[in-house]
Amino acid sequence: MTGDAAVILIVEDEPPIRRLLRMTLGAQDYRTIEASTGAEALTALRHHRPDLVLLDLGLPDMDGLLLIAKIRESSPVPIVVLSSRHDETAKVTALDSGADDYVAKPFGADELMARIRAALRHRLQQQGAGRIFTSDNLSVDLVRRLVKRGSEDIKLSPKEYDILEQLVIHAGKVLTHKHLLREVWRDESVDPQFLRVYVHQLRQKIEANPSAPRHVLTEPGIGYRLT
Amino acid sequence: MPAGVPDETRPSPDALLKAAQRESRGKLKIFFGAAPGVGKTYEMLVAARRRKAESVDVVVGVVETHGRAETEAQLAGLEIVPRRRIDYKGRVLEEMDLDAILARRPALVLVDELAHTNAPGSRHPKRYLDVQDLLAAGIDVYSTMNVQHVESLNDVVARITRIRVRETVPDSVLDAADEVELIDLTPADLIARLGEGKVYVHDHAQRALKHYFLPGNLTALRELALRRTAERVDDQMLSYMREHAITGPWGAGERVVVCVDPGPDAANTVRAAKRTAVGLDAELLALYVETGRHGLLTETEQARLAEALRLAEQLGAEVVRVPGRSVVEEVLAFARSRNATRVVVGKSRRSRWFELRHGSVVDQLVRSGSGLAVEVAPSGDKAEPSGPIDWLFGAPRTIGPYFEGMLTTAAATAAGVLINDYVGLPNISLIFVVPVMVAAARHGLVPSLWVSALSVLCFNFFFLPPLYQFTIADPANLLALVFLMFIAVAASALGTRTRAQTEAARREARTTAELFAFSRKIAGVIDLDDLLWIVVTHLARLMRAEIAILMPEKTSSETGTLVLRAAFPPDSNFTEADLAAARWSWDAERPTGRGTDTLPGGRWLFMPIRTSRSSIAVIGVLPTGDTGEIPSSARRLLEAVGNQTAVAIERVALAADIDQARLGAERERLRSAMLTSVSHDLRTPLASIIGALSSFRSYRDRYDDSTRDELLETALSEAERLDRFVGNLLDMTRLDAGVIVPRREAVEVGDLISTTLRRAAPVLKDRVVASIVAPDLPALSLDFVLAEQALFNILDNAAKYSAPGGRIEVEGRGADGGIKGGRVEIVVRDDGPGIDSAALGRLFEKFYRADDGDRRRAGTGLGLAIAKGFVEVQGGSISAGNRHDRSGAEFVISYPT
Repeated sequence: MTGDAAVILIVEDEPPIRRLLRMTLGAQDYRTIEASTGAEALTALRHHRPDLVLLDLGLPDMDGLLLIAKIRESSPVPIVVLSSRHDETAKVTALDSGADDYVAKPFGADELMARIRAALRHRLQQQGAGRIFTSDNLSVDLVRRLVKRGSEDIKLSPKEYDILEQLVIHAGKVLTHKHLLREVWRDESVDPQFLRVYVHQLRQKIEANPSAPRHVLTEPGIGYRLT
Repeated sequence: MPAGVPDETRPSPDALLKAAQRESRGKLKIFFGAAPGVGKTYEMLVAARRRKAESVDVVVGVVETHGRAETEAQLAGLEIVPRRRIDYKGRVLEEMDLDAILARRPALVLVDELAHTNAPGSRHPKRYLDVQDLLAAGIDVYSTMNVQHVESLNDVVARITRIRVRETVPDSVLDAADEVELIDLTPADLIARLGEGKVYVHDHAQRALKHYFLPGNLTALRELALRRTAERVDDQMLSYMREHAITGPWGAGERVVVCVDPGPDAANTVRAAKRTAVGLDAELLALYVETGRHGLLTETEQARLAEALRLAEQLGAEVVRVPGRSVVEEVLAFARSRNATRVVVGKSRRSRWFELRHGSVVDQLVRSGSGLAVEVAPSGDKAEPSGPIDWLFGAPRTIGPYFEGMLTTAAATAAGVLINDYVGLPNISLIFVVPVMVAAARHGLVPSLWVSALSVLCFNFFFLPPLYQFTIADPANLLALVFLMFIAVAASALGTRTRAQTEAARREARTTAELFAFSRKIAGVIDLDDLLWIVVTHLARLMRAEIAILMPEKTSSETGTLVLRAAFPPDSNFTEADLAAARWSWDAERPTGRGTDTLPGGRWLFMPIRTSRSSIAVIGVLPTGDTGEIPSSARRLLEAVGNQTAVAIERVALAADIDQARLGAERERLRSAMLTSVSHDLRTPLASIIGALSSFRSYRDRYDDSTRDELLETALSEAERLDRFVGNLLDMTRLDAGVIVPRREAVEVGDLISTTLRRAAPVLKDRVVASIVAPDLPALSLDFVLAEQALFNILDNAAKYSAPGGRIEVEGRGADGGIKGGRVEIVVRDDGPGIDSAALGRLFEKFYRADDGDRRRAGTGLGLAIAKGFVEVQGGSISAGNRHDRSGAEFVISYPT
């Protein structure tokens, strides 16, 4: 499996965290490349063409957001941001400027792995892999536009379906309000109130217990995530 | 210096103090002459050149050479500070540039003609005041003046030369000068110089010149100058001897009391007293006795009185005002209490008649003041006609009082007719005293005299035979009539005086009442802005003027610049110039602007107010009336209100200080609580983590799998606890710093609860959690992150204070159980022991922990405080209580919809 192992570029200036990430990822059979500055990261990106970038927003030489923009100039590689807990604004900005997901520090290994898997999966899906999402008894077939809970067909309005489609395409990843508005309404300036109302309706239809949702989760201050 | 017997060996403290004051100040040397043309300016320049040769930094502030070649020659080589040009009514006047000199800071500055009056618009009206500023700045000054300019000699010179010089210098300036050099020239030489054209005189003075430079006059002036200088030399010697504790031949300290009255001679009397005091080397005390008449003084008299008292102050006298009934008694009492030996009074301008009846003050003083020398000051050169008699002016101008007099007289007549048959004539005449007294008490002298006349006529007409005629048959009845007349007039006078005193008392009472009302109004005020607003509005109403209050920006420090703090009307136009005048007043600590010695051309009067501790503020007054004058009574009121204001402001400032101190103490308490908490709450989990991990590393092989898992689980959960604690500390810091601005979005209560419960799942894992959300709750405008953290902390708390297996309920509902309540509540209930009543009030305090004693609960004491902070920052509220249905606590977060 070594030959096919995904290559992950770790951009982090704190050596202990870098070491921890290297060990944790190595144990999951990922290959790792390390960079401690933004400049090193860009060089490594050119030379090693990693499958995913794990990026700490606080770098000594460059603003993390700027680095994301620079990476996005040349590469669609998935980027998972490591951020501090309280900085919702930075998270949203990072996501909106091209990052795929975030993990708040301090993080547990399970959470980090889940995010990395989701980001890598998304890359595969973009390459045309499976377009059917299943979780518990919910299944969504994006090709046939079919949504089922157990064996029961669920009828969704076009907007509800569009929202669910975006969540399914990026399953496991957080989607910002802005992202959803842009993709579903084709207009970022639409009042997020609409989004909230449609998500509420969507939950009523697809969740077994809408007051304790298990699929469409709220990320406070950021957006929604499908699990 | 009571009794004037100094402690032989030690220098007197007074003398040392004066010397110390002189040390930091610049030194003033005055070149003193008997008349213009004696060569003062020339001598001053010669002396200055000598100092310059000693490499002293000398500059010329202002020197008038009057085109004399010798003088100009002396000026060459000295640095001259250019004069300031002032436009005044189309003319350009040149004045000494005070600010330029102060900025240049020379060691010595030459300022010619000390008595000069500055052009309007200058900082000070008089040049000697400029010189005071220079001296205060530590700059030495050379200046010149003539004997005619000495305030106390002013009228003497005027009598000698028949020319009154308007430009005078207070004696205190001359007395305070460090050196006085007399420039002496014999009258013959001076007249010769005059003939050679070496003496400059103004063109318009040519006329007076002939008289002025008569040999006789010059001799007299020279004598005056010599004498005045000799007195000074004496002073200097005495002061030297005192400083060095040399026992001298000085006698008992004399004190001279000058009795100040509001008469036209007041100023002259004060000057004469000063001359006497100087001649005796005595201390001068100025006394004004406020008798009942004080309230009746006309505006002119009041101004004259204030002027005379101010003059006395300028001449270095101690001014004392005492209330009293009799001038003579008070003067004697005062003289005795202050050990005075001599009393100076003005020449009486009262009529012979008045003195016959009341006795003159002088006579009474001489008669009863044993051991007291009484001196009568000569009256001024031109006798002012004594003003129209006050009581005439005080008479009412309406017909009402006179008509009322007629009615009361008619009533008295009617009463007389009724009892005529039963009593004798003398008794009837008494009845007529009643209307006279009534008129006197109610309306003053003129109406009561009118009633007296009416009464006499009525008595005669209706009661004295032959009846109904104005003739009198019986001589005895004539006597009765004369008696009635006498009683009526006496009653009039008596009643009038009573009325005057009542009036005065009433006026005093009104002022007192105003002050009382004011002090009550400001008593409870604790906010400075409120206080200032009350003061300006109150003063504006009292004085019918615009009022402004200026305070330094920082009340506690002297360095803050003065800024306008309150004004009424609030849109008062306050110019830069006004502000500059106010600042000057603040710095100099004396009244400035309109009607004062400094910047008298200003529109505002500025008065600094202070308490015994410190300067507080400056009050500005801009009269709105036509005249725009500020009467002296108003100024006294201003002073009284100002004093109260100063105390009130200080009180407010002190209250603020106390608040600050209390806040500081609270902060200190929190700091120590925080230190305790941090050291405990950081160390405990760290100890667990380090212990678990080191144990795992060293003895991994000896443990079985479950023990290893347990160790790792301990390390992890303790690390997570540590993380939560650090997070709490960060949240608290952000709350305290006030940097949290909610980013509001529409939040569904159900979504909020489910999201929070999901995150709280690890904390709640051993509890049974039930959540109920009322349907159709409106969306709230909240910061999802803050709202979630607040609810999380409440849930965390509920988990901590309930046993494993316990049940925790979360309910979302409209306020009062209804949906349209305008508020939405999130209720968290647990089934733990509940909250004991002592803890209820302190639950949301920082670092407060219930069960503090046994430390059973692992917590930071911050969770609830943060929850409260986060909820409140979003406009919500939070409360805690005990459940009614069973034991357990109930927390309610309430948000507006």
